Amino acid sequence: MTDAPGKISINCKVNGEAVTLHAYPFARLLDVLREELRLTGTKEGCGEGECGACSVLLDGELVNSCLVPAAQVEGAQITTVEGVADGERLHAVQRAMVECGGAQCGICTPGMVLAAVSLLKHTPQPSEADVREGLAGNLCRCTGYMKIFDAVVHAVKEG
Amino acid sequence: MASDKNIGKPVPRKEGRAKVTGAAQYVDDLQLPGMLYGVTVRSHVPRGRIVGVEFGEGIPWDEFTVVTARDVPGANYVALILNDQPYLADGVVNHAEEPILLLAHPDKYLLEEARRAVKVETESLPAVFTIEESLEPKEVIWGEDNVFKTFLVEKGNVDEVWDSPDLITIEGEYRTGAQEQLYIETNGVIATANAEEGVTVRGSMQCPYYVHKALVKLFDLPEDKIRVIQTETGGGFGGKEEYPSMISGHAALLAWKSGRPVKMVYDRAEDMVATTKRHPSRTRHRTAVTRDGKLVGMEIDFVVDGGAYATLSSVVLSRGTIHAAGPYNCPNVRIRSRAVATNVPPHGAFRGFGAPQSIFALERHLDKVAAAVRLSPEELRRRNFITKGETTATGQVIREDVDLPGLLDRAFELTDYQEKRERFARENEGARVKRGIGFASFMHGAGFTGSGEKYLQSIVGCEATAEGRVRVLAASTEIGQGTKTVFAQIAADALGLDYETVEVVQPDTADVPNSGPTVASRTTMIVGKLVESAALQIKETLKGAGLIGDSYTQDEWARACGEYVRQHGALRTHVQYQQPKDIEWDDEHYRGDAYGAYAWAVYVAEVSVDTLTYEARVEDFVAVQEVGRVIHPVLAAGQIEGGVAQGIGWTLYENVVWREGRMANGQMTNYIIPTSADIPPIRVHFFENPYEGGPGGAKGIGELPMDGPAPAILNAVEHAVGVAFDTVPLTPEALLDALEGEPVEA
Repeated sequence: MTDAPGKISINCKVNGEAVTLHAYPFARLLDVLREELRLTGTKEGCGEGECGACSVLLDGELVNSCLVPAAQVEGAQITTVEGVADGERLHAVQRAMVECGGAQCGICTPGMVLAAVSLLKHTPQPSEADVREGLAGNLCRCTGYMKIFDAVVHAVKEG
Repeated sequence: MASDKNIGKPVPRKEGRAKVTGAAQYVDDLQLPGMLYGVTVRSHVPRGRIVGVEFGEGIPWDEFTVVTARDVPGANYVALILNDQPYLADGVVNHAEEPILLLAHPDKYLLEEARRAVKVETESLPAVFTIEESLEPKEVIWGEDNVFKTFLVEKGNVDEVWDSPDLITIEGEYRTGAQEQLYIETNGVIATANAEEGVTVRGSMQCPYYVHKALVKLFDLPEDKIRVIQTETGGGFGGKEEYPSMISGHAALLAWKSGRPVKMVYDRAEDMVATTKRHPSRTRHRTAVTRDGKLVGMEIDFVVDGGAYATLSSVVLSRGTIHAAGPYNCPNVRIRSRAVATNVPPHGAFRGFGAPQSIFALERHLDKVAAAVRLSPEELRRRNFITKGETTATGQVIREDVDLPGLLDRAFELTDYQEKRERFARENEGARVKRGIGFASFMHGAGFTGSGEKYLQSIVGCEATAEGRVRVLAASTEIGQGTKTVFAQIAADALGLDYETVEVVQPDTADVPNSGPTVASRTTMIVGKLVESAALQIKETLKGAGLIGDSYTQDEWARACGEYVRQHGALRTHVQYQQPKDIEWDDEHYRGDAYGAYAWAVYVAEVSVDTLTYEARVEDFVAVQEVGRVIHPVLAAGQIEGGVAQGIGWTLYENVVWREGRMANGQMTNYIIPTSADIPPIRVHFFENPYEGGPGGAKGIGELPMDGPAPAILNAVEHAVGVAFDTVPLTPEALLDALEGEPVEA
């Protein structure tokens, strides 16, 4: 396939599947995921890396996809919220978010889920300070964070 | 066969799974075939005459749909209360960021370039930006005197108290700043429109029927030609109460002219600078108190800055006015209030709706009153708390058991208030980081004020399918607070069925009746009661048809529904709100039963103030409240925690910086809301005292938690540093100014 003028082909893995993206090199990964792959679980909250609603895992690291140029994901492994559950079986963090009331309006939730998954991967037994720090890049306006903390603690227990 | 299998239990949230998997579809996740994108060209000046519009070079303008005020098919105003706000400026602009023209194009990147290429030439007119400039008036910018609305509440005769030699008079002035709702999903809609099919808008909103009403006028179409569908909504907090009528109209105008679906979704900066915020306020108190601390007279002057158009300011003012004298028994009260115009974008609904502003002033002021009569803040309040049989400022007799001393005791016990109050005072001596503890006691009325619910005449429907599924039909929106879950709990228990049997239909004006707006802490208490009644009518219908008895199993229920639907075609009921007979309200004199029920609360904040960095932090927060019966403990606590966090933000972090009537910090980078690292443990405790007017005994709670944090925190800051701050937000700069010069030991 020939790319449109200025667009490049980018090979990467998204949620475990090999894909070839066709995008302008400086297109935001956020837009490429949402518009080209129709993975709309990744949300735009601010477009400037402050709110974390667009969080994805890029080679296992939590990043704001609104700040990642498409060209940078060549050869990378990307996990979006759509790739967190194992088929129908929700990830422990997702189950805990539902049970503990960690999701209210839900718009920050995909990013928050990925932040929590990332936190628990790096720190399987986080202290309260670890949780606060680990989620501090993801803004939530509904919950006051308490139920999200509960969810992380619950996910550690139920893991 | 009503049950309580579900009410009071943490049943799983209806749309929980969709939200944690990313499957939930918000408006920006939707695409329609042939869809264009739409943007708004806005005013750069706060007030002026439009003298010309220039479409710059280098843009293929013939590919664009352009809409101006001349393209409006019906009336060019946003139908709400006074109808003074145009959809598109026609000759004059009254605030920065006022919409002037609209553009649509399939390529959203080119569209952004085009927006920048439109040059609007304006001739500036003098503008006013503050409450003082508006009241002066420095310039008349609205009506005859810049005043949108005034209220006067009178109880007893406050004029007689000031000269009494036995009373002490205490005065104070208190101010609050604007606050951005900052829902994480910005305002957005998709519209389709043509003369044959009419107008359909789907989008993020709290009040589908507000949008419906506004579009009927804008397009001059019959009601059945306008359809409004709520999509999954990423937070509202009042910010999606009235504004969606504006963006919906804009997208629909572009769709009407282009003949194509049009999506408009604001980016964060546009949403922050152009849409509504909490009303800034100024409150003046003059209080007469006996030497032993009994309140005898309260004179309160409450003013809110409404911005350039009337929008909801009169109603915000109303709630702020009624809450201004708080949960205290005082024989002589006068509250005068005004909502005034300034040349800033209209301020609007935000959780609490005027009450947080006036309650902040009162609860700060009462600490000052307590000091003047040498009583502790709690002792002063204890001597004045309202009790059953006493009357509020509007003369409403409290008919429910209210136990504010009990709430206070519990809150103090949970926080070791007395011990900390004494210990911090000792330890602060010479310490760099000073600690303090303070509280606020308050009430919040649930539902529309006064005769509001009577005029709304909300309707809820309930339907049973042939399979025995129950569908709740209401326009009340799920915006994160749990409407779908709570309605399903209420209907399931009314019918004695499993929670899973009940589905709450997505609000779509083509399918659901008008259950009123999703505002004013009214959804659970007022609309939930209608859900309960509508569900009970289904049961009565089946009983009347002899298909079920008093008790039945889930299977018997399903069979009965199937039989009824076969015989009659459908099983659907509608119920309409009827004001309880004992609620009386006089709109003219603002007297009587302002609300059907109040939630009551005492909140305690513990703070630290670093006298080197001038940073104030909340270290612990306890929220104790009586809210009738708790329908869902997790959702209810989530409401309180979320409201407290927003209250902490309003108090310490969220500072809207105005420059010539425009928000200068319209970004998350420099408008700071609390993160997970900033919020203390928020400990929530409910007292349950079932309210007979609410479903399962519930009262409204959504707005209550916004009222308490600001005064509790500033009362604690005063305890910590000995300075009585009277303004929120309390910025580090304000702390620096106040504390500078004090000896600081590192």
